[in-house]
Parts: sequence; structure tokens; C-alpha cells
Amino acid sequence: MAKRADPDKFTVTKDALLPGLFFALLLRWCVAAYPYSGYKKPPMYGDYEAQRHWQEITVQTTVAHWYRNTTQNDLQYWGLDYPPLTAYHSFLIGLVADWLDPESVRLFASRGYESDSHKTFMRWTVFLSDIYFYVTAALCICIDAERIIGKHHTNVFKRTDIATILFLLYPGLILIDHGHFQYNCVSLGLFLWASFFIIAIENDTLATICFVLALNYKQMELYHALPFFVYLLRKCFMCLPYKGRYSHIIHRFNKLAIAVITTFIIVWYPLISSWDDIFQVLYRLFPVKRGVFEDKVSNVWCSANVFVKLKYVYNNEEMIKMCFLCTIMAAMPACIDLFLRINRKKFVLCLINVSLAFFLFSYQVHEKSILLVAIPVVMHLPEDPFMCFWFLLVSTFSMLPLLLKDGLLIPFLCTSLIYVSFYSITLRLADKKAGILSFLNATTVYKAANPSANYNSVILKLLSTNFFFSLQGMFWLGFGTLFVEPPARYPDVFPLLISMYSCAHFILFLIYFTHQQISLPTCLPIKIKVKNN
Amino acid sequence: MIVEISLIVTAVKFFFMPLYRSTDFEVHRNWLAVTHNLTIDKWYYDETSEWTLDYPPFFAWLEYSLSHIAKLFDPEIVKIENLNYDSDMTILFQRLSVIVLDFLYIYGAKSCSDLVSDGNLLVFILLVANPGLLMVDHIHFQYNGFLFGILLLSISNMITSNFIYSAFWFAVLLNFKHIFLYVAPVYVVYMLRAYCFTVSSNDGVHTPWYSFSLTNLIKLGLTVVSVFCLSFGPFIDQLPQVFSRLFPFKRGLSHAYWAPNFWALYNITDKILQKLCLRLGFHVATTEASMTGGLVQEYEHAVLPSITPTVTFLLTAASMIPALIKLWHLGADRGYRCLSFVRCLTLCATCAFMFGWHVHEKAILMILIPLSFLSVLGEIDGKLFVFITTIGHYSLFPLLYPKNLLSIKIFMLLTHIAIAFCYIPSLYDVSKKTGEDEYDVFGKHVAKQLRTLSTEQAILGQNEIQSVITKCRLCDLNAYSADTQASDDYTARRSTSTSTYMPLNSPASSVDTQSTDDSLNVISNDPDYINIIMINAFNNA
Repeated sequence: MAKRADPDKFTVTKDALLPGLFFALLLRWCVAAYPYSGYKKPPMYGDYEAQRHWQEITVQTTVAHWYRNTTQNDLQYWGLDYPPLTAYHSFLIGLVADWLDPESVRLFASRGYESDSHKTFMRWTVFLSDIYFYVTAALCICIDAERIIGKHHTNVFKRTDIATILFLLYPGLILIDHGHFQYNCVSLGLFLWASFFIIAIENDTLATICFVLALNYKQMELYHALPFFVYLLRKCFMCLPYKGRYSHIIHRFNKLAIAVITTFIIVWYPLISSWDDIFQVLYRLFPVKRGVFEDKVSNVWCSANVFVKLKYVYNNEEMIKMCFLCTIMAAMPACIDLFLRINRKKFVLCLINVSLAFFLFSYQVHEKSILLVAIPVVMHLPEDPFMCFWFLLVSTFSMLPLLLKDGLLIPFLCTSLIYVSFYSITLRLADKKAGILSFLNATTVYKAANPSANYNSVILKLLSTNFFFSLQGMFWLGFGTLFVEPPARYPDVFPLLISMYSCAHFILFLIYFTHQQISLPTCLPIKIKVKNN
Repeated sequence: MIVEISLIVTAVKFFFMPLYRSTDFEVHRNWLAVTHNLTIDKWYYDETSEWTLDYPPFFAWLEYSLSHIAKLFDPEIVKIENLNYDSDMTILFQRLSVIVLDFLYIYGAKSCSDLVSDGNLLVFILLVANPGLLMVDHIHFQYNGFLFGILLLSISNMITSNFIYSAFWFAVLLNFKHIFLYVAPVYVVYMLRAYCFTVSSNDGVHTPWYSFSLTNLIKLGLTVVSVFCLSFGPFIDQLPQVFSRLFPFKRGLSHAYWAPNFWALYNITDKILQKLCLRLGFHVATTEASMTGGLVQEYEHAVLPSITPTVTFLLTAASMIPALIKLWHLGADRGYRCLSFVRCLTLCATCAFMFGWHVHEKAILMILIPLSFLSVLGEIDGKLFVFITTIGHYSLFPLLYPKNLLSIKIFMLLTHIAIAFCYIPSLYDVSKKTGEDEYDVFGKHVAKQLRTLSTEQAILGQNEIQSVITKCRLCDLNAYSADTQASDDYTARRSTSTSTYMPLNSPASSVDTQSTDDSLNVISNDPDYINIIMINAFNNA
């Protein structure tokens, strides 16, 4: 483990940390007061019922039956389709639920169980998971950001309190976890811990373990797997002594491999008694039959589907192959660049690029998967505030149809407004003259982030203009969705327009972030010695 | 940043729209219907709903004007017989009306915070993001926000010595909600002393009766009387009915949920004594009317004497009088009298809250809001504020009883007290803010004195000072080497360091930057503490 020169001697700005933290938590509860997905919508309900159903299954049946279609476990009704850690988590919550309110986890009888106290209980479980996994990781990352740059920094976005507030107030995750109802905060929190161990502490083994745990909570974390793999692999080949280099490589690689395999075995051990079990679980995790995308996703296939009905042109097999090839093509530049010209700063950018490539091109994408892209972008925000902020707004906006379906319009508007306001306050802290609308101006934003650097003013002007028109577009599309009656022939025209609009943005963002990554120079991630200051 | 903060707070208010709302929601809906449909001579007589109109006329007029907008949202809102009507549009309209009227409060908070030079953003946040108001207005549902906005406007006008405007706003406020009568004595005393006596004495004891200005009194009186005429004029022939609605003494000593005041203690003592007497075999009246049953009614105490409105009135007046007399004397001092005014306002609101008849727990806001303004003006007030704001807002928790609101209440309170506890102490921590300690200040003081001397004398003086310091340091050094025992080391150093400063005997050595015994004295001694900008102090002389 890398040791800092003087690990205890660092100060972080704590001015607004505590109020901001509490406010972020308050906001989570404000959203939680709203209905969840599938609220009073029999017969299938929504994600809330799925989570409750998993508690029921895990508490009432034996481990071996969790992923199998049995008389007690009807996989057609919200069968478990996440990896084992989710099942264990459900089991744990289910035990508490069984103790507090046995009715809520009765086998069969509890289907569609809804009550105010149960809702409060479920919201608390998300809230506590959020605090334990996501909030702690966010705090650590933000503290580290200020700790590294030292005392005499000028980037206001790296002040611990500001960074934490902006990190925790990102509307997308709050709306999906506390409004729509999911436990993304757990897998994303574990992922953040893994990233923290890589970018801050450089403890590769712990990072590997955390990431494998995240992967075992939600298989969607595969979006992030490539950068982790490439980065850690490259580190095995780094700074080798001349003598005995191969044994060094093998030694380093083995360390990580053992960590991965041990974690996997520990997590899967209770479930598995034969090879057949593994395939059964994998079959549940990767349901290839469910089609290339669900609902209206702002990725390439959904947008292409408007012009060419993909379902009739290609069958599933061909589609999977095509998706795979496209994803690899889109993700490769970032991965190869990370491998050949390694740099710690590139790691986060590579996470953004690869997950964005997966989101845009891969098979079976949900609209919520954009969170997997958004969280690395939140991490990157202090470095490149203007573009990241833009991306985060678009990503939240791309989920608008889903949120509308859940009746989360007011939380969507309010959280976005609050996020913009805090961002604007941040700019005001850096530049007293900044006005309420100065977040539209790229020059102001970059000056706040890094006053000494020189930027090309023409490009900044162009970016500001584009941002303004992009916001306009989002506003009018949202306005249309809410107030304009769609033509009878195309009832889904507005969700489709929204996803195409967001998709266009995401493609441009992929190009932009890939360019950003490639333009960074090589910088070997060797142990940094922080000078006493 | 004021715009951003207002936006954030407004966004939070929007969150609360579909949450729990109390019967007050129906009360105000009913008033919309009553004022919209009936002619004004029937407003105070209508009894279709049990929630009859019991606010002063201006509020009725406000409901009347709101009802015309309400019609556009949903025409069903303004039908009198639509009891307990709560369509989505009704909720939207009523909640929106509170949020929009709250901009007056934000304006009032801004006008008050603008008068403060140090910590004006803090006081703005504390006022605007007051969790009590958020709970009472935006969840429980009432229209307190804009009323406190008017109060703050009146206070800010008072501080800038615009007495007529201040009196006008306060009279308007009284005609919106008569609960503010509690603090009316403060206004009367202060206006008389500060406005009707044109000469001020600084000693604060002698009242210059000869300088009494009848013109000012008439100006003041005309303002107030004309506001009241405008308000009660249309109801002149039904005044007894209006007043019987405004002051319902039949409602009992304590509200359905006891306010945390003196009478709560009194009631509980009575309960305990009753149980005790029964246990001991004394015969006492056993009235089964439980005081906590949530019913609004009169209640006879079993053992202790029953309390009549007159008793509460006398007790309230008695507890206010010392503060009012002190205000009369402090009102003479031009420099600090506005500070005394706000302090007395808080104090009298507390007295009324403690001893008043049928006090609601929501009345705690009348203490908390002026106190939030004071919290940045003096260290003592700041300390009091962080304490009372925690307790006071906590006491509002039972108002929102549904279980799912618990976490919202907790985190709202935590956010608020985190702001208060983080920022208010740092406001008064002089040494931390400037990075200076007493030695730096002393050094500057010496430097300033040296600059006034001629060069020759200054050099001589420097030499003298240096020789004294050199002597002391040598003394210290010897003490160190002589006394190697670690235990005595610290005390020895301290005793020498005190003796160091004795021979210098400069006037600066008596300057103590950290004396904080009485914030009033501190403020009058040290110009650094004067945060209020006196704009018109001398113009009105």
C-alpha cells in the first residue's frame, strides 16, 4: 500500500460539509415521500414489488431454489435475475421484514402487498444502504480530491464540501433509488469504493475485491469491468526490476487473480452444488430472449429502430453478435489508450467512455443503465465541470418518460432545480461577479475550475451556445411531453423523441470524452509523495 | 446567492405538495368559499362548516381575492357545501398560493438581512430556510410565511428609523392575524420613546418630557387608525360578532395539543396531584375530560385553582412589564435602541407564549424568527439562538404526526441546526477569522503609537521596549535552565509572562479583545461588533 509522506497532516474545507450532507439526505427523504414504480398497479406492479417478492422468496425457500422454477418460486412473476449478493441482501432485509411485519413476506399471500408502514420500511432499507455504501464512498473520494492537490489550490469544485454536495445531489440516482425504487446505490457504492482504492490509495487487491462484489450485486457492473481489467493488468507490467521480471509479473497477476477467484467462490459457494446450478443462475442473469432494449432507451439501437425495424431484419443471434462487435469497436480506443499510455486521470475517463459505449451499443439495455455512466461522470466533474454538468443534466432528462410513468414529475423538476442552484452557488463562490445564469457560460465555469489555464475562447463560446440550445431543446421536449397531446397514430412520439435527442447527445459525449482521454499524456501511477505543505 | 437560496428553498416547498395536510387545509378552503359566495355582511356569521372565519378582515379580503384565482383552477373549490373537498387542483392551488405568498417573506428576510454587514447571507439562510415555517406552512398548511414577511418588513423599517412605515406594516399585520397583538406592547412603548420624543439622552434614565412631539404622535396615530378603519370599517355594524369570532375565550386554557409552556407544567402538576390525592384518599373532583384528548374545550382543574383568561392576561402582562420598562430606558440610546427593540420583541413573544390563553405550539415561531435575526448581532443572542432553535423546532414535531414524515422532520431539523452550529460560532470567533491573537493586536497598537512620535523619539522608544523584552526573555531563559522539573515548567512560564506585561503599563494592555460578558456592553464598547448600519439615525434628529 502506498503511504503518504505525512498521512495525518492534511486539512479539508469543511464549511458547508455538514449542512450539505444533511440537506442531501433530506432531499432523499423528500423524494421518498412520492410513489414508487408500480404503485397500486396490479397485477404486475413494478420494481418495488420485485424487491419485496425477492425478500419473500429468499426468506421462505431454501438457497438452492432461489434461481429455479419450483412450485414455490414462480420465475415468471418477478423471478430473481440479479447475482447472488442481491439475493443475500434481499434475504437480510427479508429477515428484518419477517420480524417487523410477517405479512409482508408471506409466500404467495403477500403478492402485491402495499401499505404505508411497509413503504416506510422499504424506503429506510434503501436509505441505509445508500448511507453505508454510496455516501461513505463519495465522501472518501471528495476528501481525497482536496487532499492530493494540497492547500493552495484554486479549483472550487475540489473543495471537499462543495464536491460532496454536488456528488450527493446528482438527481438521477436519487430519483431512481429513492423514488422509482431500486438498490443501485449498493452496487454503485461498491464500485465507487473500488475506484477509490485505485485512484486514491492504490491498493489494487482491495479494489479488485470491491469491484467483484459490485459485479456480484448487479451484473450491469460489467460495463465498468474493462477499464478495471485493463488498468490493473497494465499495472502488473509496470516498474519492473531488470532481474526476474517474469516472476514479478506472475506474482502481481496471481495476487489479483486469487483475490478475484476467492471472492467469487465465497459469494457463490452457498448457491452452487453442481455445474448445472451455475448455468441456471447465468441464464437468469443474462436473459437473451428479452430483446435488444426495453421500453424507450436512448441508445443507438432504439434510435435506429425508428427507421429500420430491427426485429424483422435480424434475429436475436445476429443482433447479439452485432451488438457485441459494435460495443467492442466503440470501447476499444479508450481501453487501448489506457493500456498503452496509462495515467491515473485516464482511468475515470476510460470508465466513462467504456460504460457509455456499452450503454449505446450493447444488448438488453435499460434506461436506468445510464446511471452506470453518470456516476463516473460525477467523479470526473471537478476536472471538467462544464461538460460533466451538461452530461448529468442530459442523463437525468433521458429518464424523464420513466419518471413520468412513476408520477415523479415534481421530484424530477425540484431535484434538477436544486442541483442547478447548488452548481450556480459554487460558481458564485469562485467568482463574486457570477450571476444566476452564469452556469451557461463555459468561460466562467472553466475559470472557476482552473483560473490559470488558457482555453480557446472560440471553442468555449461554441460550447456555451450549444449548451444553451441543448437546454432549450430539453425544455421544449419536456413541455411537449407534459402538455401536448400526441397524435393518435404515434402515441409514443414524445418518449421516442426524448430518447433520440438524448442519444444524439450521448454519442457526441462519447466522442468528446474519448478525445479528452486520448489528449492526456502518459503518467505512470507510481506512489506519489505528497510534499509537506 | 440570494436568488439561488430562494430557489432551493422554493424547490423544497414544492416537494411537500402531496404530503400530509391538516384540517387547516379545509379551514382555508372553506374560507375561500365563504368569502367568494357570501356578501361581506355574512362573512362572520356563516356557520355551514365548523371551521368558521376567525381571522381579522384583511385576511378575509385576501381569501376573497384568492378565491377569484381559485375559480380558474377548479370551480368546485369555491362552493360552500363542498366540505372536505380536496381534488388535485385544489391541493395544487392552495399549496401554490402559500408558496407564492412566501415570496413576501423572502423579500422581508432580504430587507432585514441587508441591514446586517457581517453574516447577512447567514441570517438570510436562517430566516428563509426556517424548518418551523416549512413544517407549519407547507406541510401542516397555514399562511404564516407572508405574515412573518410583513413583520420582518416592519422590523427593518423600524431599524432604519422609518417609524411611520414600520407602524403601517405592523397595523396591516395585526389586521391579517391578531395573534401578533402579543408583541404590540413592544411597538407601542418603542414608538412612543423613540419617535414621539425627539431628544435622546445617552444616560438612558432621564426622560426628556419637554421634547414630546405631538405632531409625531398624531402622524403615528393617523397611520394606525386609518389602517384599522380600512379593515374594520366595512364590518362596523357587526363588530361584536367579529370580535367574538376573533377572541374565542371558550376554547380553553391549552390547545388540543399542549404548547410547551407554563400551563403544560401546570396541567401536568394538576394531573399528578389529582392521582396522588385519590391514592391518599382525599376526595377530589374527578372530571373525566382528558386534556390531551385532542378536543378543544374548557377544562376545570381538579386540585389546583382553575385558570381564567384574566389570570393568564395578568400573568402575561406582569412578565412583560420589566422588559418594557427596560426598553423605555434603552430606547433613549440612538446607537443601540433598535437592537433592544428586537430583543424586547423576542422577549415579549416568549412571555406571551409562556403564559398566554390557548396558545398554539406554532406560536413558537414568533420567538424563533426575530431571534434568528438577532443571532448574528451579538454573541449572547447567537448562543441563545442555537439552543432555542433546536428545542423550539423539536417541539413542533408532534404537529406532523404521520410516521412517514418522521425522517423528513429529522433531517430538516438537522440541516437547520447544522447551519446554525457551524456558522454562528465562527461569526464571533474573532481570533480564528483574522488569524490574530492578542499579541498581534498589541503589536499593531504599539506600532500605531510609534508612528505618531518623531523619528528620534520612536527609535528611543523602540530601544526601550526591546530592552524590556530582552530582559524578560533572559529572565525566562534563566528560569528554564534553573528549574528543570517539567511539572513546574508550565506554571513558571505563565507567571513570568504575566509579569512581563506589568512594567510596560501601556494603555493598550487594558484592551481585552475577548471580553464577552455582556454582549450589550461589548457592542457599545467595540465598534467591530456594530453590525447594524444606521442609515437614517441622524437625519431624523
